[in-house]
Amino acid sequence: MRDPKGFLTLRRATPGRQAVEERLTHWGEFYCPVPEAAVRTQAARCMDCGVPFCQGDSGCPVRNIIPDWNDLVNRGEWREALESLHATNNFPELTGRLCPAPCESACVLGLVNEPVAIRHIEQTIADRGFAEGWVVPRPPRSASGFSVAVVGSGPAGLAAAQQLRRFGHAVVVFEKDERAGGLLRYGIPDFKLAKSVLELRLAQLEAEGVQFRTGIDVGEDLTASELRSEFDAVCVATGAGTARDLRVPGRDLTGIYLAMDFLTSQNRRLAGDARPGTGSEARDRRVVIIGGGDTGSDCAGTCLRQGARSVRQFELLPQPPIDRAASTPWPLWPMQLRTSHAHEEGCQREWSVATTAFSGENGRVQRIHAVRLERQVFADGSTDYEQLPETAFELEADLVLLAMGFAGPVKSRLLGDLSVELDGRGNVATDEAHRTGVPGVFAAGDAHRGASLIVWAIREGRDAADSIDHWLRSGRCS
Amino acid sequence: MQGQPAAQGLYDPAYEHDACGIGFVAHIHGVRSRDVVDKSLELLRNLSHRSAVAADACTGDGAGILLQVPHAFLRRACGQAGIALPDAGSYGVGTVFLPARRAARAACERAVEAAVAEEGCAVLGWRDVPVDDSVLAGPTRRARPVIRQIFVARMGVGRDVDTNSLFEVTLYVIRRRIEAALRKIPDGSDCYVASFSSRTVVYKGMLRPDQLTRFYDDLRDGELESAIALVHSRFSTNTFPSWRLAHPYRFLCHNGEINALRGNLNWMRVREAIMSCSRFGDGLAALLPVCGEKQSDSASLDNVLELLTVAGRPLAHAMAMLIPEAWEGHTTMSSARRAFYAYHASLMEPWDGPAAVAFTDGRQVAAVLDRNGLRPARYVITTDDYVVLSSEAGALAIPVENVRAKGRLEPGKMLVVNTTQGRILDDEALKTEMALVRPYQRWVAEQRIDLEALINEGEAAAQAGSAHRERSEPLIVRQRAFGYTTDELKMVIAPMADAGEEPAGSMGNDTPLAVLSARPQLLSSYFRQLFAQVTNPAIDPIREQLVMSLAMNLGPQRNLLDETDEHAKQIRTTQPVLTERAISALRGVTDPELRAVTLPALFPVADGISGLEVAVDELCNAATHAVGAGCGVLVLSDRGMSAVEAPIPAALMVAAVHHHLIREGLRWRVSLVAETGEAREVSHLALLIAYGASAVHPYLALETVAAMARPEAAGDKPHGYAAQQRYVNALGKGLLKIMSKMGISTLQSYCGAQSWEAVGLNAALVDRHFAGTPSRVGGIGMDLIAEETLRRHRQAFENASTVTRLDPGGEYQYRVQGEHHNWNPMTIATLQHATRGDSYSTFKEFSRLANDETRRQSTLRGLLEFLERDPIPLDDVEPAAAITRRFVTGAMSFGSLGSEAHETLAIAMNRIGGRSNSGEGGEDPARFGTERNSAIKQVASARFGVTAEYLVNATELQIKISQGAKPGEGGQLPGHKVDAVIARTRHSTPGVTLISPPPHHDIYSIEDLAQLIYDLKAISPAAAVSVKLVAEAGVGTVAAGVAKARADLILISGDSGGTGASPLSSIMRAGIPWELGLAETQQTLVINGLRGRVRLQTDGQLKTGRDVVVAALLGADEFGFATAPLIVEGCVMMRKCHLNTCPVGIATQDPELRAKFAGQAEHVVNYFFFVAEEVRELMARLGFRTMNEMIGRTDLLRALRPSDHAKARTLDLSALLHLATPAARARGGRVVRRHVRSRQRRPDGVGALNKTLVELAKPALESGERVTATLSITNGDRAVGATLSGEIARRYGSAGLPDDTVSFHFAGAAGQSFGAFAAGGLSLELEGEANDYVGKGLSGGRLILRHPRRAQFIPDQTVLAGNTVLYGATSGEAYIAGVAGERFAVRNSGAIAVVEGVGDHGCEYMTGGTVVVLGRTGRNFAAGMSGGIAFVLDEFGELESRCNAAMVELTRVTTRSDRELLRRLVEQHARYTGSARAKRELGRWEVSQRHFFAVVPREYRQALERRADAAAAAAVPGAIMENARHA
Repeated sequence: MRDPKGFLTLRRATPGRQAVEERLTHWGEFYCPVPEAAVRTQAARCMDCGVPFCQGDSGCPVRNIIPDWNDLVNRGEWREALESLHATNNFPELTGRLCPAPCESACVLGLVNEPVAIRHIEQTIADRGFAEGWVVPRPPRSASGFSVAVVGSGPAGLAAAQQLRRFGHAVVVFEKDERAGGLLRYGIPDFKLAKSVLELRLAQLEAEGVQFRTGIDVGEDLTASELRSEFDAVCVATGAGTARDLRVPGRDLTGIYLAMDFLTSQNRRLAGDARPGTGSEARDRRVVIIGGGDTGSDCAGTCLRQGARSVRQFELLPQPPIDRAASTPWPLWPMQLRTSHAHEEGCQREWSVATTAFSGENGRVQRIHAVRLERQVFADGSTDYEQLPETAFELEADLVLLAMGFAGPVKSRLLGDLSVELDGRGNVATDEAHRTGVPGVFAAGDAHRGASLIVWAIREGRDAADSIDHWLRSGRCS
Repeated sequence: MQGQPAAQGLYDPAYEHDACGIGFVAHIHGVRSRDVVDKSLELLRNLSHRSAVAADACTGDGAGILLQVPHAFLRRACGQAGIALPDAGSYGVGTVFLPARRAARAACERAVEAAVAEEGCAVLGWRDVPVDDSVLAGPTRRARPVIRQIFVARMGVGRDVDTNSLFEVTLYVIRRRIEAALRKIPDGSDCYVASFSSRTVVYKGMLRPDQLTRFYDDLRDGELESAIALVHSRFSTNTFPSWRLAHPYRFLCHNGEINALRGNLNWMRVREAIMSCSRFGDGLAALLPVCGEKQSDSASLDNVLELLTVAGRPLAHAMAMLIPEAWEGHTTMSSARRAFYAYHASLMEPWDGPAAVAFTDGRQVAAVLDRNGLRPARYVITTDDYVVLSSEAGALAIPVENVRAKGRLEPGKMLVVNTTQGRILDDEALKTEMALVRPYQRWVAEQRIDLEALINEGEAAAQAGSAHRERSEPLIVRQRAFGYTTDELKMVIAPMADAGEEPAGSMGNDTPLAVLSARPQLLSSYFRQLFAQVTNPAIDPIREQLVMSLAMNLGPQRNLLDETDEHAKQIRTTQPVLTERAISALRGVTDPELRAVTLPALFPVADGISGLEVAVDELCNAATHAVGAGCGVLVLSDRGMSAVEAPIPAALMVAAVHHHLIREGLRWRVSLVAETGEAREVSHLALLIAYGASAVHPYLALETVAAMARPEAAGDKPHGYAAQQRYVNALGKGLLKIMSKMGISTLQSYCGAQSWEAVGLNAALVDRHFAGTPSRVGGIGMDLIAEETLRRHRQAFENASTVTRLDPGGEYQYRVQGEHHNWNPMTIATLQHATRGDSYSTFKEFSRLANDETRRQSTLRGLLEFLERDPIPLDDVEPAAAITRRFVTGAMSFGSLGSEAHETLAIAMNRIGGRSNSGEGGEDPARFGTERNSAIKQVASARFGVTAEYLVNATELQIKISQGAKPGEGGQLPGHKVDAVIARTRHSTPGVTLISPPPHHDIYSIEDLAQLIYDLKAISPAAAVSVKLVAEAGVGTVAAGVAKARADLILISGDSGGTGASPLSSIMRAGIPWELGLAETQQTLVINGLRGRVRLQTDGQLKTGRDVVVAALLGADEFGFATAPLIVEGCVMMRKCHLNTCPVGIATQDPELRAKFAGQAEHVVNYFFFVAEEVRELMARLGFRTMNEMIGRTDLLRALRPSDHAKARTLDLSALLHLATPAARARGGRVVRRHVRSRQRRPDGVGALNKTLVELAKPALESGERVTATLSITNGDRAVGATLSGEIARRYGSAGLPDDTVSFHFAGAAGQSFGAFAAGGLSLELEGEANDYVGKGLSGGRLILRHPRRAQFIPDQTVLAGNTVLYGATSGEAYIAGVAGERFAVRNSGAIAVVEGVGDHGCEYMTGGTVVVLGRTGRNFAAGMSGGIAFVLDEFGELESRCNAAMVELTRVTTRSDRELLRRLVEQHARYTGSARAKRELGRWEVSQRHFFAVVPREYRQALERRADAAAAAAVPGAIMENARHA
């Protein structure tokens, strides 16, 4: 039995990272291995709360039963822990690497101490499961006779596909690219997610009977009506691929790229893909990344590994406080300064900066023009930004990456032909059960929710699968 | 004749309780005299304070007297009426209460006469019993019956003694025939035969004791003579005690309550099917049922005693069957006597509960006490051959010269006066005789089969493979089909299997009622445990284990009215949880009469919902057939569950067969055993046993335990064996706990007792299968039960291949995919954000969430909505500050909370004009008089820190009877939590465990509560006294009794209230929502006309303004909050209070954690003003300007029937919303539905003697002058010294006055609570005798008690003080030169006492102080004693066997300092009391001191040693002394 006061005596520890100079020399994951005992000790910090906020509205979107597997890990019952984890989360090896861990910011221990290192425990359970061979295919015992098409092979599509398959349905996943994985494969740098991890999971799905049809752009290569006639139900999980752009003078200059294009091309390069990306390499370049989020950070890490001369990251917002801002009290997702690996690696941040223009020669960008901002907060809580006079400045920049977020799914022919409605933000509109207005057509993931976290994608995929299953089995009415 | 009002709303007269004072006077040689009658009537008058009067302040609850037929008087009186009586003994007298209306009366009289004629007797005539009804109050007068006596001559029989007995049989038969006939005629229910005998006659009525003689002219007649007189004064919980409910009944009067009544009545019905008795011939059937409907427990007990006696058993023998002493664990009892009890256990389960019963057949008169001695009974034998027994010593003044001997009835003991033989039989003589009447020992040895022996044989015979290994579904599939969850495995089953204990939890239950839950619920979840409160005590099954028993007899029962060896032919088990081996052994029994037959209890899934009902009927029929084919045990089994067959819910299979067989008259032939996969937690088993199962084989739970068991735990036994044993032990302990909550000590009595209530089951289901179970709001029936079962079954079997985990459950810990909780991350965070940010808009957001939670069908109030009325402007509504005055915070002890959290609440409540509650842990005197003072001081069972000073620093004193999270439970603060500050506040020793007993040891009965209220008002006249009850069926009636006991405020707590630590099954499965309890209480108080004189308060997860308004409309004047303000302080519902690891520093004493406390009084103030503001908004909407207008207006509530919730839709809340009106309208006709009187009228105030003492002591109080005086005292002078002590404490604090400043000498018999809370500087000396509760809460004073100097009896062997002396004493001294009763120095934490003998349970729960016993101790000495020291003079080498060694060790007194201490105390005793015993021992001290044992708690010695080590100087006895004085 674990020590009920473990949380007082044990300190939070997360895996160390390789030294910057070392990790910049390669593209692999750079966290140092941690002995099992240390992870069990970290799990022992869990207080097994009566109301585990890590599970709550501000906590884990896939509803991982975190206290249960913390307890099991603490006891060394890894396989049980894996089962518990898999009961709520199809891909813990992915979320354990990629999730920003709202569970940790909602962790009750965080009220009085540092939160439990939940995400790393999760990753450890998952990785151990693969290493021990416990992650085995769990094909359905019997077939339902129904078939479902899942369009898109990102985390939402994959989660939906695995669940649907386990419910006994025939499942085909369509992917426009030549390999399955979506954003996981093409958007996430290898140093954050080794693609071998993804392959193991895809292999399990295939072994369970999920069929993948890659290189098919549904809507183009296969019409919406063909899709509808071939399958009893369709799940649209095509992601939120429409990147926000920056319409300022000089945008047309070469050397200015959308972040996702840049990241994709690097991933393709590493994978030895036939289709090289459109993005340029950052070697010896002065890089400015516009947008202070995770994608920007991924770009920064990629640039630094490519050998950039300098990397700067511009953010509109002012620098948040070091600790949780009063406006976002526990257990809310805190507004606070987050420093990613890329910032350790040499990326410099500029806060309260708006880009006003690009300039350059020979059609190629050389300079970025910007101005400093002041944020105004009005009585009703709304905010606005005011450009501070006489703060305009310019920087040399010969590679600019736009990482300013996404504005909903790509308005593809598929969506048009399926006749699904979009909501005010351009996402596929559904009811609570992920049902679009078109009977048999469901939507999940970023395509439905707008760009969000991988955990939300998995949750959406699972929920949509439940809904599809229910719909199929209950006579497919409305 | 005025009876009880009809059942209406939530009020049901069936819940009435009563208790009282009893007594008898008898002449040993049967010499009849007027003197006996006079004495008994005087005795009765002197017990008046043990009775109660109704709201009209005039009508008594009942008083009566039972006499031998006064032949001389009757001959004369009848002569005057024209009736010629034959010789004494050859006629019978019936005292009959008749309806007043002429026609109805004539019909009744005809029925009476017809019955007489039918039995071949002749009516000699009717005599009007002359009465003076001017003594009655108006309504009572109008309702009084016409009272007549009928005289019946026996015909054609001889005159010897035996035929007189046969005549009594005839008269009994006649009376039963009359009663049967009356049931058939209109108005027959208004006729009642009070007595019908040739030997005894009863005069009784709805009278006060002082009215009885004035009412009945007969009782004043000088010729009225008797050698035996039994008297009784009644305290009822209602105000409609009907005439017939007055005692004595035909044979007995009773003080106490039969807790197992429902089961006893059911089993009596079962046995009726096979009763036969040659005395009745074929006429027996006409006499049934033995026990009437709608009568009290005492009346039923009387019925059965009467039957057994009339049928031929000796009187005392019959009583020993009904109320056996605790023999099961009694190691020193003779084997013959044990066999007597063992034999009769096959015939009859104990009628269990607190009881002092005085009974007579007109020749012998006797009294018996229950097995735990929970009622007082004192007796005197005089030199002129009288025996006087009474609830109180001194109730009949007897000159000391005339006292030959005095005594008290001891637990389970009997005293018989045989007036025909002219001798007194004490218990030992009586029972020795009784046990040898028949060869019980041989019968039991030859006939009875011990299951344990069979199991061992079975093991020895080396089973050929396992008996029961049919192929079955995988474990997880079966677990899922029975609804097992991860939560349950982790929180309930695993801890039981690991530790052998039921797991503890904390905070309250905030999940939906089963009937409102969206998840499929087990049928057992629709039941809630009932528990004892006020009218009877819960038992401590751990510390008082000697009275508890889990043993059961299985097999057929036989004719109750006969005794043969075959009666003993049953299978005996020591406990009811059958392992695989046990059930195999049971199945191996080959005797055809005891053979076990297994009936599958399953229904085909394919049949769908309707299949269940069919299957239950088939099961019942199968049971009938099996019984017909011959068997002794029916095993009802769901073991064959499969993909195609679902289990019949376990409670249904047991209860249905149980009631079916009762209806068929076959139940006596078999015992039921449940073999079920469903039962896994203690409450599941308890429910099955309460509905008729004699044993349970929880096979799936056992498999689960084995599967969970770690290999290393297996040892040399089969895998999981040890874990299963621990699990079985845990179930056993838990069963004892559940029984003891109800005040039932033997499982045999609990079996079939049905002490549960249903919430959410419909009447059709309950009436058919759970007949007699309260279920007041309707609910689901067979179809939805089937639906839920099938839903579980489907979920288990459908995805059987892919599901590898159990459902998370989330009942005990929040799980987002599990059961709904009202306190969830969203509500908690929003409330914290609102109050910290002082944001009303965020609060409204919280309130919306919280109200939505409740509307999402999780509470009953969520199903209520307000009717629309004309709104008024918000400004017209009384200000928020007027509303916050009605708010209180819940009782949370300093100890469960850290000081920061505790004081923050006090500050906040003082600021808003509300009241905070100290809880039961005492309070640091530094807080008194400051903003940190708790306005409410709680008086709980442990009396921690309840000093005179504490009591006078309160505006309200709250007697905690029960707590929502754990009604009927005690508590325990483990030693590691008791730090120096807590120890100081609780007057204990750091590091020493503190136990809170389940009951208050001065409240075993309603009149005891009245006494405690009296005590508290005596010491702190300015404080209101409140009583905290927990909602359960019948709580309203208890509350009515509490109001009559003169409480000012009654708190009805809901089941969802929180706790710092409690067994999980108590948190989850006991009590009911406050909505039901509050409404029932409101209705009952209104019907009784008592509502106006008490404030009514409710609590239990109140959160929002809406909650407050619903509570007000249902009848609450005030509102309690606990969890919500804790959450405001930072609580995040960790539910770890019991582990001391609260990370937010609230429920912990750990300084490191307390440093993290971030709560602020301002936040709490914000919260309460937000709630008040919201209340105002709703009031404006409903058109109320003041709260007072709103209270009790249930007509403004409407029940919703949500269309989207199949289960909730079945509820019928109309009973909840019933608008009650008083049964007897007061003049002016105004209906009072809220508190109107500012304080209770107290006619007797604090007592005249108390006032005198304060007057006399004025010079001492004002200027410290020495005061002495000598006064006389009687048993009516109660709590003497308390008022003066209050004055001392108010002026001089805990230090009191200098030693001996005030010293009073009393002569006479002191009433209860002599010297209660006596403060420092006060010496009270009593020459005479004292009753119960001497030195209760002693706070520094000195008490000296001695027998009168001229006493003829042996003083050091004669009882001088009653039970429960020095309960909760914190400091002071008591010297008692005589013997004291049971529970001497219970929970003493600092007083020094010397006494010359004590009863059972001496020094129980003691945590400090020093006790010297110069004489014998009873059994169970030092049970639960965790501190202090007791020196016992053990002349006869008995102590070791009588000491409960669980926590203490016995050593000789060896250290010099201990010897000096002991000697000093004995010397002081000799000096103060003049004790001859003490002088004798001192005279041979060198010899005497070698006979002393020192009884020291191990933990305490260690703590002292640690302290001594730390001090490195002080010697241990020095520390003890210091602790005793100042702890």
